[in-house]
Amino acid sequence: MESRDAELIAAVLQGDAASFEPLVEKHSPRLFATARRYARREDEVQDIVQEVWLKAYQKLASFRGEAPFEHWLMRLAVRTSFDFLRRHQRNRESSFSELSEPEADWLDRFVAEPEAAPEDAEAARLLINRVLAELSPPARLVITLLELEDRSVKEIARLTGWSVPLVKVRAFRARAEMRKILARLARDKYL
Amino acid sequence: MKINELERKLIAAARAQAPSEAVPYAFEKRVMGRLSSAPVFDPLADWSSALWRAAAPCVAVALVLGVWSAFRPEAAPASNDFAQQLDSVLLGGITQDGNNTW
Repeated sequence: MESRDAELIAAVLQGDAASFEPLVEKHSPRLFATARRYARREDEVQDIVQEVWLKAYQKLASFRGEAPFEHWLMRLAVRTSFDFLRRHQRNRESSFSELSEPEADWLDRFVAEPEAAPEDAEAARLLINRVLAELSPPARLVITLLELEDRSVKEIARLTGWSVPLVKVRAFRARAEMRKILARLARDKYL
Repeated sequence: MKINELERKLIAAARAQAPSEAVPYAFEKRVMGRLSSAPVFDPLADWSSALWRAAAPCVAVALVLGVWSAFRPEAAPASNDFAQQLDSVLLGGITQDGNNTW
């Protein structure tokens, strides 16, 4: 753990609440980036990060300092984001028939010539966001951590609090769920 | 449509889109404001509120048991002399084998 973090945490635990503010200032950017993976609206992102900090403050005494403070915070952020996904899982299943024009064009291009469809196109990003929003909360979490953030199964287990076999099972199911959604996307668009 | 290839492309698109680390202006002040207004953990208050919450179910259980014991059907009449019952149980073995020598 960085010594500056350690000093600030020790001060907060001794009753100096103001020492918490530099910690919030320093670590909020990473928390915002994490929360933006799971929530689209900016007010929801801010709510998630604020909740992470409130939990961090309340549980600060349980932080043992064996790992960096940022790792401990990331665990809180991932678990809070997962809770957010579970609370907002209504209306997940929607039709892909209302794709925007760039999304539809990108798909047409992909169908005509898969290699020609650019991966860095804004339309592809809109499409993947649409697909991710359709996933169940555990599937979305595991796909985000495993595929988008390139984390290992062990790391995911540590972040989520799930066992390693559970992460593997959920990753397998998440991939199957994603392929099912993509198959539905193809069906809605071309059949 | 090649679903696996589409999945690979879309995942690559998502990877290429690193989420922004931008923090809203004065966010840390807002968090500190929330912390100062957040209720402080008080074990005594929590304990007393838990007791109050448990009071109603306890009263309900006591009432149900009271009503049940007042109106339950009369059990078969038992011998009303406890001392006599105890004697017969304790001395049963002796009197059965007919070896009552005193």
